[in-house]
Amino acid sequence: MRRYGIIMTSLLVALLLLAVACLLFGSVAIPATDVLDILLGRSSANRAWEIIVLHSRLPMIVTAALAGAALAVSGLLLQTTFNNPLAGPSILGVSTGAGLGVAIVMLAMGGTLGGFLGDSLGSYLATLVGALLGAGVVLAILIVMAQWVRSSTMLLIVGVLVSYLASSVISLLNSVASEEGVHNYVAWGFGNFSGVSSEQMPLFAALILVALAASTLMVKPLNALLLGTRYAENLGVNTHRVRQLLLVITGVLTAVVTAYCGPIGFLGLVVPHIARLSLATANHSRLLPATMLAGADVALLCALLSVNGPHGVIPLNAITPVIGVPIILYVIINRKKIQYFN
Amino acid sequence: MSILITDGLHVGYRHNKKQVTLLGPLNLRLSAGRLAVLIGQNGAGKSTLIRTLTCALPPVAGRVLVAGENVREQSQRERSRLIALVSTERIQAGGLTVTELVSLGRQPHTDFLGRLSDEDHQIVMEAMSDVGIMHKAESYVASLSDGERQKAMIARALAQQTPIIILDEPTAFLDVASRIETMQLLAKLAHEGGKAVLLSTHDLAQSLRQADDLWLITRDREVVTGATADVIHTAAMNDLFTTPHIAFNPTILDYQWRD
Repeated sequence: MRRYGIIMTSLLVALLLLAVACLLFGSVAIPATDVLDILLGRSSANRAWEIIVLHSRLPMIVTAALAGAALAVSGLLLQTTFNNPLAGPSILGVSTGAGLGVAIVMLAMGGTLGGFLGDSLGSYLATLVGALLGAGVVLAILIVMAQWVRSSTMLLIVGVLVSYLASSVISLLNSVASEEGVHNYVAWGFGNFSGVSSEQMPLFAALILVALAASTLMVKPLNALLLGTRYAENLGVNTHRVRQLLLVITGVLTAVVTAYCGPIGFLGLVVPHIARLSLATANHSRLLPATMLAGADVALLCALLSVNGPHGVIPLNAITPVIGVPIILYVIINRKKIQYFN
Repeated sequence: MSILITDGLHVGYRHNKKQVTLLGPLNLRLSAGRLAVLIGQNGAGKSTLIRTLTCALPPVAGRVLVAGENVREQSQRERSRLIALVSTERIQAGGLTVTELVSLGRQPHTDFLGRLSDEDHQIVMEAMSDVGIMHKAESYVASLSDGERQKAMIARALAQQTPIIILDEPTAFLDVASRIETMQLLAKLAHEGGKAVLLSTHDLAQSLRQADDLWLITRDREVVTGATADVIHTAAMNDLFTTPHIAFNPTILDYQWRD
């Protein structure tokens, strides 16, 4: 328990430091004293700085923290549900499914493929619903395939295949979309935590917070699922219903983040491992909160690196693999030594 | 007193949309305070019977009654307070400590969030001490030997505080010493703890020495039951295997080659 306290405190401190860094550093240099003035509501010398701090940097910090926590929890739930430590929303195709849903909705509404979240509330809700349906369809395919494909490695390959299929449908849609639409789509595909405006924030935050809260209520069945279906049922868990609930939560978390921020890779796969390795436990009562915080931390770090590129913004999806792949390789190489694999 | 009774039970499975009946009709009785051992050759239907008794499979026909109630009509949670299961299924719980693993056995009794009361902690401690795994309480499950891991799983079943414990080949991957120790432990849980214990096994020598009752599945899929002392003197003992020349020798309580 002492280790848990230390890790959680460190993650919280890191969260604060990263948030402060994101406020202070960006593509435009703003002195720290001015940032502080703006945050405290004092008028600043520069009106543009005010807009940057309050309407760009601040929403980006909140978005990154929420999206990071959401993707990380989504990855953890998928890993436990499918009993597969290498599962994650992007590798299993859930993110791509959500992206395809958005693309289809945009096209059906007669708009271009781009501008993933339109300005009017209607189109904005429709794209969200599209993302939810897309993620839902992929999760449903995975559930059905999991009945036939017992091997967890094979299920990962099924996820990758589904992802390819969704990508190809998106490309086909792109081929009939306008040039501007394609450009917007490609930009969306890079991943971005700056796409949630202050007006969109309440819905985005509410959806993610509700889904995260729901995940904390699943700790008891999640722990039972570590023993496999038969034992979990013997412990009184209705595994069928629990798996469905877990996948609904996963779907909402992934779909909402994907609709607003693009398909962000690796976070969902990697962060649960960072949490397990640092806490040295598979117990979800500690693992879940640590995964949320670590997810927020890693996403903020990515956001900070992203907006401070030497020649402007670096796409998020260029940064997440650099952080994610070494950790996953470490986990795979050391799986015989890592206690949660044995 | 029989805590678990089967009433005209037929067990089997569905294969290519056809119902295959392996065993039945069975009128079995499992009693509190007794260790019953289910034996039979591979493919005889041991696992299918155990899966049906623990509600993992629906019966082809007939009923399984626990404390007078049909288990199929009970909720998962109600059942989880009556029958505890130990199987050979691979678990992904290497990252839990033994205490955490055994605590999972309290799930049928804890609230929605799974919080443990002082009493729950007490029961977990007692379960670990009863099976003799207390010295590993804070070790990771991943660091346990096969025998220790099986003890931890039995402690988890004990913490569930059910009148019945059913074990599907609990000694399958264990060395001789751990097998004897496990059987001894299960006999103790039945005799001193008053549990009704049923286990399936291929370890005939040990089970014939420890079992109070035998459930023997013959090669003709007849289930012969009775007190071990009685059953070992019946002809059924020689109907266990399809393989010719394998005969039971009551003096050594084991099977041997006979021309």
